Amino acid sequence: MLKQLLTGALLLVSFTGAALADTAPDAFVRQISNDVIGAAKTDKSVQAGDLHGIVNLVDTKVMPHVDFAAMTRSAVGPQWRGASAEQRSKLQAEFKILLVRVYAGALTQIKDQTVEITKTLPVPGGSQVVVQSEVRGKGDPIKLDYRLEKAGADWKIIDVNVGGIWLVTSYRSQFAQFISSGGIDGLITKLAEQNKAAGKG
Amino acid sequence: MKRASSLSLALLTAAVLGAGGLGGCASVPPGSDKAAAATPADPWENWNRKVFVFNDKVDEAVIKPVAQAYRNVVPQLVRTGIDNVLGNIYDVWSTLNQFLQGKLQYGLEMGMRVLTNTFFGLGGLLDPASEMHLVRRSEDFGQTLGTWGVASGPYVVLPLLGPSTLRDTAALPADRWLAPGNLPDETSVRYGVTALEVINARADLLSTTKLVDQIALDRYSFIRDAYLARRLDQVYDGAPPMKFDDIPADDGPPAAAEPSAAASAPTPSGAASTPAR
Repeated sequence: MLKQLLTGALLLVSFTGAALADTAPDAFVRQISNDVIGAAKTDKSVQAGDLHGIVNLVDTKVMPHVDFAAMTRSAVGPQWRGASAEQRSKLQAEFKILLVRVYAGALTQIKDQTVEITKTLPVPGGSQVVVQSEVRGKGDPIKLDYRLEKAGADWKIIDVNVGGIWLVTSYRSQFAQFISSGGIDGLITKLAEQNKAAGKG
Repeated sequence: MKRASSLSLALLTAAVLGAGGLGGCASVPPGSDKAAAATPADPWENWNRKVFVFNDKVDEAVIKPVAQAYRNVVPQLVRTGIDNVLGNIYDVWSTLNQFLQGKLQYGLEMGMRVLTNTFFGLGGLLDPASEMHLVRRSEDFGQTLGTWGVASGPYVVLPLLGPSTLRDTAALPADRWLAPGNLPDETSVRYGVTALEVINARADLLSTTKLVDQIALDRYSFIRDAYLARRLDQVYDGAPPMKFDDIPADDGPPAAAEPSAAASAPTPSGAASTPAR
């Protein structure tokens, strides 16, 4: 499952900034998938596992298509209401570093997979959809779903499901755990420590 | 992942646990007992965490080093062949489970896959079926029970085998019935093949476990939540009920800055008393 998490998460990576105004959700995802696979296969810094290059790629190509604030709120859960403005921006900054690391790790795993979009499902009671796809290569296909929110004429990614696991949601109980022991500041401290330690490795 | 059998899931996790083994698990946050009570799917968290630490140590001391040596010494071509042969045997069990779940088309496709690889792939050594777009769809008996309506029950960490649930544990003997390690007549050969299964599964996960180490705040919770989510997804064949508890953007203004830190911990660094690895 975790291998899939890697491979899949990386697909989120190179959503190119191409204009996708008023696109159907599945076309939006198709565009992204093709671009990501292409970038992962050809980009030299990605192939070499150069973190700086990968982070740069994520920042310029992925982030414009991701509603990062929504991701952070969702991971923090109801405790978000008790967070100050400063805490909120710190949480976002640290969580972003963490997720970029997930993408970076995943990017280095891509080799000769192809992506097949399978279905688009409406999320009950909202303006969201889930676009389902499969990454096919050797072995079991890897499920890769995107939860999208309509943002004007465009779509924003608010979570990615890799191999059955929603990435952002999967941080929720870990976050709750650290908030219950150390408060919001405890969580921020933990995230910062984690990012620092991983940065060295 | 290669396949979804409980065993390899378990191994995978055992592997995952191992990756950080430098006492990584010791960084259980102080409040984890409270968190345990708040996680209904994991009523035995205290016990599970102990087994988790044990598995971690075994992995660090034995399984991971052996898998690393295997990867470094055995040529890629040979490893791929071994992986294919094992996978072909797992596919037989997946085929049966597809039928048990009433999924005729996937069952037939998987059956074709096994026949193709066995007869045109030198007994499973090669994987021509994948070239022919006969996609591998792994199923195990735990998933079959889930499809029949058996609830997963509490989360369990099994010694050596890793993450499971009560249901998946009950399904394990059935899953092992047709597993490569159970097929040879001679006991010593059976142990040998089982060991090969373990090493093969672990070697596939070496880079994965390293990443988990970097991205999990608490590996125990991370792996538990991932395992449970993935199993639910598998039982529903990729379409479990959608329930997202998002926090809307206009949920209210940020709280006033002062009291938050004082509220729960003496100082923000209170949480930092948990030593970082």
